[in-house]
Amino acid sequence: MTTATLSPATLSKAAFFEAQAVKAGARRNRLLSLPALIIIGIFGVLPLLIICVYSFLVAAPYGGVQWQFSTDAYLNFLFQRDIFDDTLQFTPDFLIIYLRSFLFAVVTTVICLLLGFPTAYFMATRPPAQRNWWVLLITIPFWSNLLVRTLAIMFIIRDEGLINNALLALGVIDKPITMLYTNFAIQLGLLYAFLPFMVLPLYSSLEKLDFRLIEAAYDLYATRRQVLWRVIIPLSKPGIIAGCLLVFIPALGAYVTPLILGGGVHLMIGDLIAQQFGSGRNWPLGCAQALILMAAVLVALFFYVRNTSGKVQHG
Amino acid sequence: MAEPRAIDIKDQPGFRSIAIICLLVLYVPVLILMIFSLNSGSLVTHWEGVTLGWYGSALLNEEFHNAARNTLIISVSATIISTICATLAAIGMTRVKPWRGLAAAFMVINLPLMVPEIITAVATLSFFALIAGTFGLNFGIGNLILAHTVFCIPFAYMPIRARLEDMDLTLEYAAADLYATPWNAFKRITLPLLVPGIMSGAALAFIVSFDDFTITQLVAGPGQTTLPLYIWNQIRRPMTPEINAISTILLLVSILFVSVSFLIARRRAK
Amino acid sequence: MSGKLMAAVSAAVLLWAVPALADGELHIYNWGDYTNPKLIEKFEKQYNVKVTLDDYDSNETMLSKVRAGNSGYDIVVPSDYTVKIMLEEGLLEKTEPNAMPNGKNIDPRFVDIYWDKGRHYTAPWQFGTTTFSVNTDKFKGDIDTLAILFDPPNELKGQINVLDDVNTVMHAAERYAGVPRCGADKASLKKVNDTLMAAKPSWKTFSYDTITKITSGDVIVTEQWNGAAYRSRQKIPAIKYAYPKEGIEGWMDNVAVLKGAKNLENAKLFQDFVMAPENAALISEFAGYDNGIAGSHKFLPPEFANSPEINPPAGAPAAEFVPPCPPEVVEIYNKIWTNLRK
Repeated sequence: MTTATLSPATLSKAAFFEAQAVKAGARRNRLLSLPALIIIGIFGVLPLLIICVYSFLVAAPYGGVQWQFSTDAYLNFLFQRDIFDDTLQFTPDFLIIYLRSFLFAVVTTVICLLLGFPTAYFMATRPPAQRNWWVLLITIPFWSNLLVRTLAIMFIIRDEGLINNALLALGVIDKPITMLYTNFAIQLGLLYAFLPFMVLPLYSSLEKLDFRLIEAAYDLYATRRQVLWRVIIPLSKPGIIAGCLLVFIPALGAYVTPLILGGGVHLMIGDLIAQQFGSGRNWPLGCAQALILMAAVLVALFFYVRNTSGKVQHG
Repeated sequence: MAEPRAIDIKDQPGFRSIAIICLLVLYVPVLILMIFSLNSGSLVTHWEGVTLGWYGSALLNEEFHNAARNTLIISVSATIISTICATLAAIGMTRVKPWRGLAAAFMVINLPLMVPEIITAVATLSFFALIAGTFGLNFGIGNLILAHTVFCIPFAYMPIRARLEDMDLTLEYAAADLYATPWNAFKRITLPLLVPGIMSGAALAFIVSFDDFTITQLVAGPGQTTLPLYIWNQIRRPMTPEINAISTILLLVSILFVSVSFLIARRRAK
Repeated sequence: MSGKLMAAVSAAVLLWAVPALADGELHIYNWGDYTNPKLIEKFEKQYNVKVTLDDYDSNETMLSKVRAGNSGYDIVVPSDYTVKIMLEEGLLEKTEPNAMPNGKNIDPRFVDIYWDKGRHYTAPWQFGTTTFSVNTDKFKGDIDTLAILFDPPNELKGQINVLDDVNTVMHAAERYAGVPRCGADKASLKKVNDTLMAAKPSWKTFSYDTITKITSGDVIVTEQWNGAAYRSRQKIPAIKYAYPKEGIEGWMDNVAVLKGAKNLENAKLFQDFVMAPENAALISEFAGYDNGIAGSHKFLPPEFANSPEINPPAGAPAAEFVPPCPPEVVEIYNKIWTNLRK
């Protein structure tokens, strides 16, 4: 019978061999991630272990640590001995600072996405020869120095700065609008600093967009808005997620820009942690604060991996 | 006519204007800082007149030369190494069946992103000091290149991964069916498809490395001052437009570099 | 006989040693923008030594690197309280600057100081005071009181920058509240805390970038180092450095040699070199602070040597050099500071 060749046994055998071949290839590919993992393993994970150990020690009098076990650093995160009556009390100072950084990071991510997505899409729809140009065009401003750029922003938004002087001269306003040393200035600085971190991953993902799908959507009488929300955005999800991570996590720890543009009146997480290694002379507390921050980020990241790893299987 | 239709379907209303606004936002401060490099006054806050003098003093400034050389060596090396590692890792983590530990590997790759800078700085410093103390190993400027490579990897990795996810694999399979070796298939098929991702990743890695202050300050050894260190440590003094001249020189170098590579690419394409 | 032998041997050693000493390298780690390139050039020529110079932004940064070990530096320039810490931790080499040829030039006021009694380890680099400056075009009242910072008149409210430096601000608050520096006494600390909390709404910014802040018109008052005040006055003549009657913070940066320095002899040569009056003048001329070396003023431009910023008026309180606070006080400072800026 001719059907003999197509018996379930034969089929499963063929499938088995193919699966073996795919597996072998997949296993080889897997090894490609080794160099990165080794480098980060040695120079990222090991130092991190040092930090974990430090966070359970006691601060040495002039900075550094003493080899004596203690969980004070973690306890002190939420509870501190009252300075004046010595009772252990719930102290929200650190939480307030964490919350502030968190809010700034969220707003930065959202605005970067709102501005970055159209920009990346625009880049990805240029003629192929122009696209690499655009990638460079986005990065050139970052060849200057962060501090110098920030000073230029200050010049633009200060009370006697470019915008206010222009508006005053035009008679639009009769009193300068205070922008520098406000939350607005911090937000502007963060937006500036992190925009490319949103645009480039998005571009990288959008550039492979298959426009036949869009054409198909239009053939089915989809409106522009429907095409955007039902086709383009779902297809660029990996880029959106990558961009959001690259903006949100670093923005959470950013402190130089907020310090200069915000005038340093309110601390950010980055300041707070750096302070423990500087004048605070409390390394264990700094380490504990950093680990708590990382734990929070890790939890968020864990959900990301769980929600996206399903799609990795396409290979 | 097919052509106008093709352009039409790609268009989304308002996206062009937003892209232009983004570019304006990015370039206005840079233009201002370039203009102020010509300020004859000695403050970056008051305009007094035009001079090229700050360029003279910047070009004659030996500290600037050293710092610029160190910065370029470190940033370029770290960008190349981290982009290669990130590309391989992105392939190794998306072109495979999910393996046990994939999630953990993803976390490890992104670890440098999550650790606050000062922590990485202190930890890396302790680590290198330990190596130097126990094994007498000191890689010189290699210490800085390694430290930079570590925190550049996630920035290079994410755009490349975003590109690879959901990418159509039929071409690779076709190549394999045609008995292409894995290397040939990679070189001819996968790599060209990856170029926009690699470009974006490398660009991000470069700007992250180029502007790093906190980690560099603690890891740098004698004579390894980079531009960010040089510029930041002047903050106790009023900044003179020399700093702007220095930044402008760097910007012009980058623009020159970009234009040349663009021209070469265009000539080759012809 | 043995005496002669000793002499011959030491002469031979000296003959060998002198050219060897004067050749080679020196790695200096100093505050940013604080070292006159002319000074380095002169030293390189005079002793045929190749110098590398790197910068740091705070005592704590320098201390972290030095403490980790194998920093590769020979010379660092710590401030007074940091010298004290480094000595306690055994990080500095005993080089006896006081006994060096130029050691005789050290101003007697700066020999028996708390951080290095008798100058066995460090040579003076620069010293100064930290109070505040006021743009007197915009404010006409009396400025020689800390009330300008802590209980400002209405027209100065929201027009004040303070240094982003916990010790300077805490010490100033302690002076204004009339309590001792680094006191662990709860009642005093409560006073200090109240002083700060009351003053905070009047403060616009916390920043080291003081010269730009006051000359750009962002603020009318800024806490400042005297040298920075001198420079601000060069831009706007109406900027006046205050000598508050409640007390004045003093500080001194010092040239120290790290223990285990590879270029120990060159480092000693450098310590001696900076104590020569004409070289000390080079340091001051560049960075704008006085240097603690007798006889250096005659090498300085007179308008700088006679400026009010480095010559306190008669009747101004003497500058107070404050030793590092004990750990339990630092911890409380840290809490107050965080609470202030949360």
